[in-house]
Amino acid sequence: MTDTTGATPVRGPALDRIARRLAAVLPPGAVITDPVRLRTYECDGLTHHRAVPGVVVLPETAGQIAAVVRICNEYGVPFVARGAGTGLSGGALPRTDGVLVVTSRMRRVLEVDLPNRRAVVEPGVTNLAITEAVRPHGYYYAPDPSSQQVCTIGGNVAENSGGAHCLKYGFTVNHVLALEIVTPDGDIVTLDADDPGYDLLGAFVGSEGTLGITTKVTVRLLRAPEAVTTLLAAFGSIEQGGRAVSAIIGGGIVPAAIEMMDALAIEAAEAAVACAYPAGAGAVLIVELDGPAAETALQSAEVERVCLESGAFELRTAADPAERAAIWKGRRSAFAAVGRISPAYIVQDGVVPRTALPGVLASIDRLSAEHGIRVANVFHAGDGNLHPLVLFDDAEPGAAERAEAVSGRILDLCVEHGGSITGEHGVGVDKARYMPKMFTDDDLDTMQLVRCAFDSRGLSNPGKVFPTPRLCGEVPGVRRGAHPLVESGRAEQF
Amino acid sequence: MGAPYGSAAVAALRGTGAEIRDAGPGDTVAGVVPRWVALPGSTEEVAALMRVCASLDLAAVPTGGGTRLHWGRPPERCDLLVGTRHLDGILEHASGDLVVRTQAGVTAEALAGALAAAGQELALDVPAGGSTVGGVLATAAAGPRRLRYGTARDLLIGITVVLADGTVARSGGKVVKNVAGYDLGKLFTGSYGTLGIITEAAFRLHPVSPVRRWTTVRLPGPDSWTVPDGSGRLEAPIGPIGPTGPAGPAGPAGMGDPVGPADTAGPIGPAALASALAAAQAEPSAVELDWAAPSGGVTVSALFEGAAADARAQAVQGLAGACGPWEVAGEAPAWWGETPGNGVPGEILLELRVPPASADRALRAVAARGLPARVRGSLASAVLHVALPAETGGPEFAAFVSGVRDDVRPLGGRLTVLAAPPELARRVDPWGPVGALPLMRRVKERFDPGRRMSPGRLAEGL
Repeated sequence: MTDTTGATPVRGPALDRIARRLAAVLPPGAVITDPVRLRTYECDGLTHHRAVPGVVVLPETAGQIAAVVRICNEYGVPFVARGAGTGLSGGALPRTDGVLVVTSRMRRVLEVDLPNRRAVVEPGVTNLAITEAVRPHGYYYAPDPSSQQVCTIGGNVAENSGGAHCLKYGFTVNHVLALEIVTPDGDIVTLDADDPGYDLLGAFVGSEGTLGITTKVTVRLLRAPEAVTTLLAAFGSIEQGGRAVSAIIGGGIVPAAIEMMDALAIEAAEAAVACAYPAGAGAVLIVELDGPAAETALQSAEVERVCLESGAFELRTAADPAERAAIWKGRRSAFAAVGRISPAYIVQDGVVPRTALPGVLASIDRLSAEHGIRVANVFHAGDGNLHPLVLFDDAEPGAAERAEAVSGRILDLCVEHGGSITGEHGVGVDKARYMPKMFTDDDLDTMQLVRCAFDSRGLSNPGKVFPTPRLCGEVPGVRRGAHPLVESGRAEQF
Repeated sequence: MGAPYGSAAVAALRGTGAEIRDAGPGDTVAGVVPRWVALPGSTEEVAALMRVCASLDLAAVPTGGGTRLHWGRPPERCDLLVGTRHLDGILEHASGDLVVRTQAGVTAEALAGALAAAGQELALDVPAGGSTVGGVLATAAAGPRRLRYGTARDLLIGITVVLADGTVARSGGKVVKNVAGYDLGKLFTGSYGTLGIITEAAFRLHPVSPVRRWTTVRLPGPDSWTVPDGSGRLEAPIGPIGPTGPAGPAGPAGMGDPVGPADTAGPIGPAALASALAAAQAEPSAVELDWAAPSGGVTVSALFEGAAADARAQAVQGLAGACGPWEVAGEAPAWWGETPGNGVPGEILLELRVPPASADRALRAVAARGLPARVRGSLASAVLHVALPAETGGPEFAAFVSGVRDDVRPLGGRLTVLAAPPELARRVDPWGPVGALPLMRRVKERFDPGRRMSPGRLAEGL
């Protein structure tokens, strides 16, 4: 599981020369070439892909990033942007032959503008820091990826991060009003939601660092809801829980979040954080409702009724923040918690239409049994986003390969059901090879047109998202064939 | 050019299987009459048409209901108008998933009718009757509820397009949560047919609200609006706030918690009122403005959706301070969601955007020009449509555009010409400065190097 671009730095004289050039445009201490320090950047949250960066830079301004990118252009070396390195798809995996641009020194909240319900921040500001800056005034920043305490807004922009509450509130792309970016040519450009023309802002968000580097982000702030109600419902089986989810959505309620965990995930969470979920549950459902108190009161009564009707054997409603935190504790700890019941695991991220959940979960069960690999299921049930945790023992010969196979088959299931190979973790290096399962060559070539418009030399985070992309000068052969009418003999050459 | 090959071109176009006819005056695209009209019945026929256009170097402009065909700039050339009216199938309504997949020629009305059967809707209030899904996306049209649900780009989850060379490409899919690959849907939203032809789209849906309440208040004219400071930015219009946060305790029981403007001396302006409404925990879905004439007062109306909509509409009544009384109704005001122009060729329609707290200044900038403008639109998002009378002269129009731009630029605002007769339009830059224009041109060059897709319709070089 080390299919990376090489584990040892291959820095030769060229990179040394580049490092000196970089040092000339950056503050003292902002260029790292020491092998030991470089190694601390060798991976992001997906730790089995590793590559020691050729050079690391720690710029403080957009102008410095632009200067770095221009130097990379001059020498034709690739560059990769990195925030906190919490990504789970290897999107920030460095290049041994390139420059890693780390935004950790750009963490100022530049402006909080409550009358316009927005804030302007640097890319290295953490997701949670935005909410903390405005919470005293009754506002918050809605997208809440589970790593929100440490992940940066620049990384959120690159990955179009979601979170448990995106069922109701959407993703990063729905909450970013403007971006300042450094293009892969080294120009500083503002992409604004109010600009007429192509929605380049929308295209940039979620492009995983392949269209340039974010240097400033204007985010939308939301007024904190008047009321938040969190319910925990315990069911005998996943099927019953799934039925409750369908009935809630079918009843016209859009909760802020609907999360589900299966028995194995609950077992792990109990072992790790003693979350004290109802004993004997085959599945627990967490439903969070927010909004005007008059609405949430009506909705929570309806959700309780629906859960009981679907077979819930226990219901708990959080009466205060402490109780709410207790309900969420097990869910939030779930990924790390499986470490208590398994020596190693793969976190998968796939999406299916919500109504396909029961069938897909049954198929995952079968896969699990066939391969002798346990799978714990934790998912954002409201939007069909599965996070199967594929458990294995890395000491056991062949187990990792079997786990990898199960994990890959789960993505096949997602695609077969009209879903997606990633709902929030991104494609990165990890899933580039799965893109052809979801998209045709024409689809990928068309996406590549966007890439070439922004980055004709392919220097911005190359090797991510797309499997073996074409060079920008390369013309796809299929599009230059004879005219179909001529070919079919129905017309002469005009 | 295809001119010498007229009949051969028609034969080739017919060979695609699409219905082909000669164009008439009714097919005019911003003043340019195409030569032929094609009405394909499938994505494959659209692709075949584009391949013929590529081989004969014919320029094509897509159209849906034609409701905004007079918007935008005249195309540099236009041989073929590609109408999507036969692409009128709703392909899949997965009501349990709150998702619909539809062909591009489905009208907003037909879609709404089909979704209503399941108690669902596409929460996009499209301003003109007969608008199609494809046209709404291509023109990035949106309406009042942008405040709560966003615009077309926020609700679009998948798209199928045909490029200038006939390539059929898809991105996104039919699940709401999906980050695989670039989002071509975003790129095509607002593209005015310059990158390709949209043939299918998938959207996320919302349940139709069981109750809707509009609460409406009249404010006096701009001379009496109070602006708390000279910075163009209001003091935060929110008063004391309890320890409320997303993970904090539930807020105070009363909705529309204490809000500043009620305490300010004198009548508040629309911006302060909209700010207070947008910040209210009663959570309106939309806050709209209608201003019939710059000499007179403005009407502000807010929409509340949900089982408790009535109580929430009542709860914000204090926000207009001395103004009022508010009127609460189960029906929208007559002007709600309509653009202020007459919607026909010859109309002069502009879009004014400013940071919401600067809306008063933007409205004053309009009033200061002394033309009988009509302004309507989303006040809380400060995306406003401005209509000028059809008889407005060229110099007056140019002075209006440059004068308003000068006033709103320091606020971070912009004024865009959406529609104007060609003799007026050529007097001004329809967009004003856009920093990302060079990048947009590079995207255009990659997607349509032969400049056959609605060339020049969106901006110079696009």
